[in-house]
Formats: sequence, structure tokens, C-alpha cells
Amino acid sequence: MRKQSPLERLRLFGRAGIDVLATLGRSCIFLVRALFGRGTSGNALQLLVKQLYSIGVMSLAIIVVSGVFIGMVLSLQGFSILAKYGSEQAVGQMVALTLLRELGPVVTALLFAGRAGSALTAEIGNMKSTEQLSSLAMIGVDPLKYIVAPRLWAGFISMPLLAMIFSVVGIWGGAMVAVEWLGVYEGSFWANMQSSVSFREDVLNGLIKSLVFAFVVTWIAVFQGYDCEPTSEGISRATTRTVVYASLAVLGLDFILTALMFGDF
Amino acid sequence: MQNRTLEIGVGLFLLAGLLALLLLALRVSGLTVVTGENTYRVYAHFDNIAGLTVRAKVTMAGVTIGKVTAIDLDRDSYTGRVTMEVDGDVNNLPIDSTASILTAGLLGEKYVGISVGGDEEVLADGGTIHDTQSSLVLEDLIGKFLLNSVNKDETN
Repeated sequence: MRKQSPLERLRLFGRAGIDVLATLGRSCIFLVRALFGRGTSGNALQLLVKQLYSIGVMSLAIIVVSGVFIGMVLSLQGFSILAKYGSEQAVGQMVALTLLRELGPVVTALLFAGRAGSALTAEIGNMKSTEQLSSLAMIGVDPLKYIVAPRLWAGFISMPLLAMIFSVVGIWGGAMVAVEWLGVYEGSFWANMQSSVSFREDVLNGLIKSLVFAFVVTWIAVFQGYDCEPTSEGISRATTRTVVYASLAVLGLDFILTALMFGDF
Repeated sequence: MQNRTLEIGVGLFLLAGLLALLLLALRVSGLTVVTGENTYRVYAHFDNIAGLTVRAKVTMAGVTIGKVTAIDLDRDSYTGRVTMEVDGDVNNLPIDSTASILTAGLLGEKYVGISVGGDEEVLADGGTIHDTQSSLVLEDLIGKFLLNSVNKDETN
């Protein structure tokens, strides 16, 4: 490798910074134009329904299965610790709060990034590399409206619903393990949960979290596809970036949101 | 035809999501649809509220009749002022009732217990309970115990 002069290194560093900023700017313009741009694509609702199906409905299986197992594991682990203090009834409270506040939104977002986000990136990237997007533009259909917008909205709508389903299924799995298997009294299991879970503090805050995650993950996924290098290698790199960036963004944002929501003790 | 099954699938999905939210609201967080807001406010001053928190329950004879909505320091008397929302149905609390801060179990949460007094007059909205019993502070208790044993040693 050729030895670079300090000035050359500085130049490369500067260019990397400009690239990052340019990508950020492009992604913001992209988002605004896709969501609020003028020009309708006739059957917007039908396009949205189709995307809701492939993004939301097809993700149900993985969400439900992981929800049940995570709820069951939480219940088992919580029971073995709480039993030491003789407060096994609190297992319901623990499972519900953990799922509603943290695991529901976060795990759903991570699974969603892996299951639906990567597919979105690959699909749009492939459309770009086979020049379907530019053909659309040529026949006067705005690809941002026709391809991108329905996918964005479908992501925003599906993920909060998936997170709610995840929490419900997880709590059900936890209840099954605690009540049927470990022998926690059913009445105190639910009563403890209800007395400690507050609708506004826990359920709604969890919903807000998953809305934020939905926004970020779908945005990253669709933009990476739209912005990728139109080669097969570029698509594969964009797909990897989607999963990595989306997961990091979700985990980082989760900390900030948690600090804002539950940090004021 | 294929479009139809697709739409039905999406409809089911949306319905399942909304149903999940409803379940979380009603079954998990115990949200009651009709809150009614039929409560009235009662104050109590404690020397030490030690660990009582907002949203703690207010009970009478072990039955929950309200919750703590605010805790602040009364600047004039240097006592902790606890604001409680009591159920509107329980509108016959005698004015000389006693409020005490209790602990559920050995390590459990703190809550306010009200024991009934004998006066004819009842607490109105914005009324104050004067007879209060502060929370049991373990440190004070240990301190007293130690002091006692030291004193005993000296007299012996």
C-alpha cells in the first residue's frame, strides 16, 4: 500500500464526513418527498393493502412464535428469582412490565428489521438495478409515490400492531408457564399485573416506542434500497447495512426513549 | 380472487392488532372504561412519609378506596403533605379518622391505611385528616433499640 501524506489522509477523512452528511440529507429529502410529495397514484389504498400484507401479515408468524417463547422464558426466569423472596405472585407484574416497556417494542423492531426490512431493501434495490424504477419514472409514474410511499406507510402501521400482538402473546405465554406449570395462583397473577401496569405509563409509552421504531426501521430499510449501488454486490451490502443500522438505531433510541419516559424517578 | 384473500388477511391483521391493544388496556393494565372521575380530595400531613410514592393505594379495612396523587412538603409545618383521591362512593369518612402509612409485607410497597373515627361530621372535598401515624422507619427503630441497650448497660 502506498504511503499517504498527512494532507491526503485529511482529505479522505473530510470526504468521508461529507459523504455521511450527504447521505443523511438525501435520506431526509427522500422521506419528505415520498410522504408529502404531490401527485397521487390512483389506487393508493390498494397498493397499501398489498404492502400491509407482505410486510405485516407475513411477519405475524415470527412475531407470535418469538413472543410466546420470550414470555415463557421471562416467566421461568422471573419465577426462579422471585421464589427466593417468596413473592412468586409478582411474576405476572414482571412479565407484563418487561414486555410492554422494553421487549415488546424492541424485539419486534429487531425481528421486523430482519424479516421485513431486509426484504424491503432487497426488493427496492433489485428494482433499481433492473431499472424498473427509472422505467416507471419514464412512463410518468413517480416511483416515490408508487413504490416507496406504500411501503413506508405499511411499515409505520404494521410495526406498532405487531408489537402489541407480541406483548399480548408474550403475556399469555408467561401466564401459561406461571399458572399452569409453576403453580402461581391465577387470581394473584392477574391482580398483581393489573395493579402495577398503568395504561398511560406502560401501554401507551410502549406504543409510542414502537411507533418511533417503526418510523426509523422502515425509513432506513426503504432508503437503503433506494440509495443502493445498482449491482448485486451493492444490493447485498445495502441489505446488510439495513439490518445493522436499523438494529443499532433501535437499541440506541430505546435507551433515549426509556430515559425520557421512565427516567424521572 | 387472490386480491380478495389478501385483503381479508390484512383486515384480520389490523383487527388482531387493535384487539391486542384492547386486551392490553383491559386485561393487563386493568383500565376501566368508565372512570367517572367521581372522586374527592383529602389531605393528610405526616411527620415522615418515608418511601410512600405517588399512585400508592389508599385502603380502609384492607379494601382499596383511592390512591395517592401528590406528595409535597408543607413549608409552614415542615411535614409531608399527602394528597389522596378517595372514591366518591366512600363519602362517609368521619373527620377524626386516622391515616397511617403501612407496608405490605416485610419488604413490600407502602400504602396509606385509613382507620375509621367516631365523629358525626364527615370529611368533605379538600378536607384534612389531622390524626396521622407516620411510616415505620427501620433506622429510627434500630437507633432507639441501640440507645436503650446502652442506657441499660450504664444503669447496671
